[in-house]
Amino acid sequence: MMDRLPRWADVVLVPLISLLLAAGISALTLLAIGASPMEALTTMVTGALGTPYAWGYTLYYTTSFIFTGLSVIVAFHAGLFNIGGEGQAQLGGLGVALVCLAVPWPHWTLALPAAMLGAALFGAAWAAIPAYLQVRRGSHIVITTIMFNYIGAALIVYMLVNVLRPKGQMDPASAHFPPGSNLPTLHELPGFSLIFTKQVPANVTLFIALLACWLVWVLLWRTRMGYQIRAFGKSDKAARYAGISPFKVTMVAMLISGALAGLMSINNVMGESERLLQNSSEGAGFIGIAVALMGRNHPFGVFLAALLFGFLYQGGAEIGLWTSIPIELRIVVQGLVILFTGALDQMVRMMLGLVFRPRKAEAA
Amino acid sequence: MSVDTETGRRATAAPPSGDVPPAIELRGISKAFGSVQANKDIDILVARGTIHGIIGENGAGKSTLMSILYGFYKADKGEIFIGGKLTTIPDSQSAIRAGIGMVFQHFKLVQNFTVLENVILGAEEGRLLAPSLAKARKVLAELAAEYELDVDPDALVQDLSVGLQQRVEILKALYRHADILILDEPTGVLTPDEADHLFRILQGLKDQGKTIVMITHKLREIMEITDNVSVMRRGTMVATVKTAETSPEDLAELMVGRKVLMHVPKGPANPGKVVLEVENLAVRDEHKVERLRGISLQIRAGEILGIAGVAGNGQSELLAVLGGFANGTGKIRVNGVELDLTGRHSDGQSRRAQGIAHVPEDRQSLGLIMDFTAWENMAFGYHNAPEYQKNWLLMDNDALRADTDKKMATYDIRPPIATLAAKNFSGGNQQKIVVAREMERNPDLLLIGQPTRGVDIGAIEFIHKQIIALRDAGKAILLVSVELDEIMSIADRIAVMFDGRIMGERDPATTNERELGLLMAGMGEASAAPTKGAA
Amino acid sequence: MDYATLLQILDSTLRLGTPLLLACLAGLFSERSGIFDIGLEGKMLMAAMCSGAVAALSGSVWIGLLAGIAGSMMFAVVHGLASITFRGNQLISGVALNFVASGITVLVAQDLFHQGGRTPALTGNARFNAIDLPFAESLRGVPVLGPFYAEVVSGHSALVYVALLAVPVTWWLLYRTRFGLRLRAVGENPASVDTAGVSVVRLRYAAVGIAGLLCGLAGAYMATGLQAGFGREMTAGRGYIALAALIFAKWRPWQALYATMLFGFLQALALRPDVIENIFGFAVPIPLLDALPYILTVVVLAGFVGKAIPPRAGGEPYVKER
Repeated sequence: MMDRLPRWADVVLVPLISLLLAAGISALTLLAIGASPMEALTTMVTGALGTPYAWGYTLYYTTSFIFTGLSVIVAFHAGLFNIGGEGQAQLGGLGVALVCLAVPWPHWTLALPAAMLGAALFGAAWAAIPAYLQVRRGSHIVITTIMFNYIGAALIVYMLVNVLRPKGQMDPASAHFPPGSNLPTLHELPGFSLIFTKQVPANVTLFIALLACWLVWVLLWRTRMGYQIRAFGKSDKAARYAGISPFKVTMVAMLISGALAGLMSINNVMGESERLLQNSSEGAGFIGIAVALMGRNHPFGVFLAALLFGFLYQGGAEIGLWTSIPIELRIVVQGLVILFTGALDQMVRMMLGLVFRPRKAEAA
Repeated sequence: MSVDTETGRRATAAPPSGDVPPAIELRGISKAFGSVQANKDIDILVARGTIHGIIGENGAGKSTLMSILYGFYKADKGEIFIGGKLTTIPDSQSAIRAGIGMVFQHFKLVQNFTVLENVILGAEEGRLLAPSLAKARKVLAELAAEYELDVDPDALVQDLSVGLQQRVEILKALYRHADILILDEPTGVLTPDEADHLFRILQGLKDQGKTIVMITHKLREIMEITDNVSVMRRGTMVATVKTAETSPEDLAELMVGRKVLMHVPKGPANPGKVVLEVENLAVRDEHKVERLRGISLQIRAGEILGIAGVAGNGQSELLAVLGGFANGTGKIRVNGVELDLTGRHSDGQSRRAQGIAHVPEDRQSLGLIMDFTAWENMAFGYHNAPEYQKNWLLMDNDALRADTDKKMATYDIRPPIATLAAKNFSGGNQQKIVVAREMERNPDLLLIGQPTRGVDIGAIEFIHKQIIALRDAGKAILLVSVELDEIMSIADRIAVMFDGRIMGERDPATTNERELGLLMAGMGEASAAPTKGAA
Repeated sequence: MDYATLLQILDSTLRLGTPLLLACLAGLFSERSGIFDIGLEGKMLMAAMCSGAVAALSGSVWIGLLAGIAGSMMFAVVHGLASITFRGNQLISGVALNFVASGITVLVAQDLFHQGGRTPALTGNARFNAIDLPFAESLRGVPVLGPFYAEVVSGHSALVYVALLAVPVTWWLLYRTRFGLRLRAVGENPASVDTAGVSVVRLRYAAVGIAGLLCGLAGAYMATGLQAGFGREMTAGRGYIALAALIFAKWRPWQALYATMLFGFLQALALRPDVIENIFGFAVPIPLLDALPYILTVVVLAGFVGKAIPPRAGGEPYVKER
């Protein structure tokens, strides 16, 4: 019964119902604390979608979530649950900072590729160790990636306090990046500036994120490596029969996954804060899990889910600003979406199965 | 009481009052899994205090029947009488209460528990362990003395040999006061010494009045220790006879049945040069148990060597080593070139590059990715093939699809939709996808395991024709099958495997099912020698 | 470092190690039954908020404690539903519940008290106060042991002693009772329990429930013992450190005590950079101390120091096989 859902229902309805359930429970929570769900929703919609300025924020968050969401799905397709996006993103930020601070960059077009390389390399390196330990030493990748989130956070603190902090500065942060490495925001881009008339955080990284969606799709469904990743993820036993190396697939998938998580830092570290701060990723690594689950493991789905979560994050911030509802509402919704799409999916399917069964009986 | 007159002493005499009722009586048991009828209207009568064997080929329905008896499945139809009383057995707890103990083929033991802990698990005396452990220690000592069931009660199960672990399972059942002990393929994992010991234990249990039901496919064991034997074939109970009044030959025939041989048009083989040479190949599994014990064989171009045998006697390991996804020791040469058997310099890819194609025994877990489309599966294992590449990076999916369409037409795969997921094809068409993929690579050596398992008649005929066509094209073919018909109708030579060894080789033209059945049951060494001389 | 400083640090070790210990034992019960629990953090946080809030409202720490346990239990039940009844992904369920807890605690606390997601500072009977063990003062004069007893052992809140007591109790339950035997069996090989006629589902729910209870104690201690009130994200990753300790302890109760106290010691040291510099002669970076529990756990996980073998059936929903 559970597996008999039509494909479209599985792809479209399951995430949708999960979202509705999450929204419903959030609304109940709001009612319980005496807030108005309607007010919350209107505030969110106006604050996140109502004006180009609002979109400038929503798209900024979307950009980050696309990267971390893609990071999660690449690993997922190889049958690996990479929970370490947070640490990999922060390490990516360190890579960006080191590159940006290394030379007085003359122009962002030169700084960007170099910083991307730094971000990807550092992020990949931070994923490589758990991957290696999983495939060669049998350590559970979920646990090691969690541990690496914390080790990474500690490493960043050390780097910021002891290495990167300019003399005389109090707060643990790197120096500001040279102006030549600052990325243009949508407001500063010709053409887009007509829409985004005010300064917004969304920047050129958005286009890199969209490109990354396409590239990940190409990787997974058009290349030999992607073929091997997907085959290994579906059945490691069959993959051995086909001569697909578990070591190679695990390492490559995790390196790409880590690199994608690392690349997120281009958006926030290089594009927005323009210096490295503590906890730069601000939970985006974890939101990637929700985005991947919601997006049904497909890059296009990730794009849509990242938009949704961008809306949720910007909307949540607006709620925090303009209503008495705390900004943390968005974390609740995020958690509930993960819960319903990732852990209670069988329950959602069974609920849907009840809806679909009578119709089938009539048809028969 | 309806009684099968062949069953035995107690059964033949209609039970008058005061007589002991049979330990087990099943009436009209039927059980279907989806469209597969695993048990069809089964009647069986097991007399108290006897050892009753149940034999049959794989998939004959023996284990299903016993699982019904142990409350793992619910029968669709039929009645169970235990000790003459109508009994319903909805779960294992009820089976235990009815005095039934079961020793599964795969033991249900907690590896890092001691023997004592395993024995009392679920049968504790009270909330605290100490009294239960003390009691169990005493009972175990008694049982050990009585039935040669010695096991160190404080040893961890993971440190015990398989034979000892089995003893723990028996102890578990006896500790729960089982009067009826069911053993599913008990000797499958035992060394001959361990098996002998087990038989002594079973004999002792029988002498104490316990009833033992033993499921096996090994004729020798049946002859050695059972009092009565029931033969199952394709979900039905074919016969129940007294062991003393039958012979291995008769049982083999009952077991295999006299099936009409399908006619496969086939000319004589034209063996050419030697393609595959295997010398003294040995394989150990992850538990260090020897699964292949020194296999040697040769296959020439243009001939089909059929490997007959009951499943689980090393055939899968042989295929896995040849296919490059298991390691072994010994020597394998293909076209004179030695293969790496360590896995360090070889895998499924290198084997394919050396001209070996492989239709694996289990298409669903090995040969196909069930969620992949037909066209994606058509490249499985050949994803590096140059004709499927657009450039250094991208695969040429269009070429792959076109290729798939062509193969789907040639092999009459239905529905001919390349974008359909493998799981949505019928078993026969799934198999055709694998066969098409492997055969169209034009390999020098084709490994093909259980080519027609779960495949409909039409597809069987088609696949057989393809195999013979490939032979006639001068390829060497290693065919592994548990279906004797299949082996006899298409192989040019037949080697029988038993317990990791090749028991003997036969010419399909001169051998018969009875002879092969005996070899398959491990009873052929004596007769194997002369034929070898003759061949 | 003089003896007095050592005693101070050991005293903090015990205080900081207690929530780790309770959470670690919670994880032990759950994972020993075959249910992975990444959600220790969330349950602790939930318990901290509930206990802090209810203690503030009622003025009684005991009612607060009950509320904390109830809050943690609620999450445990959801985790049980997801991972036992609906056979969902246990890891994802844990991660999800951590997020829900992280958000909802602030939502509720803010609604109740309007203090930026904090509860008011707890005083008097709304807090667990230090208990002076008998003779603490009179024995202080005994060399070495006297000050140790008075400074380190004595003078903690009741939950610290409950946590310490929970270690032998856990050991006893696990290794000396029928429940423990079945619990350990169900985490190793649920089929062995099932064929013996014992309910796998009921055992696992029991284990998840105990985990909820212990996390409830851990969280309540955070808000009403260690600190005076709930603050947002106050558990600060302790659930994950407890998870690390559990692996470090290889899922055994006494070792869980040692591991959590070791990690508690590292946390206590991190609070006293002056002491470290004194001992080592150079400044050990505090982040290294923070990361040490995780680094040690990775080393253990990778099998470089013995092999940490989790319960064999861990993370796998049980489906009766044919």
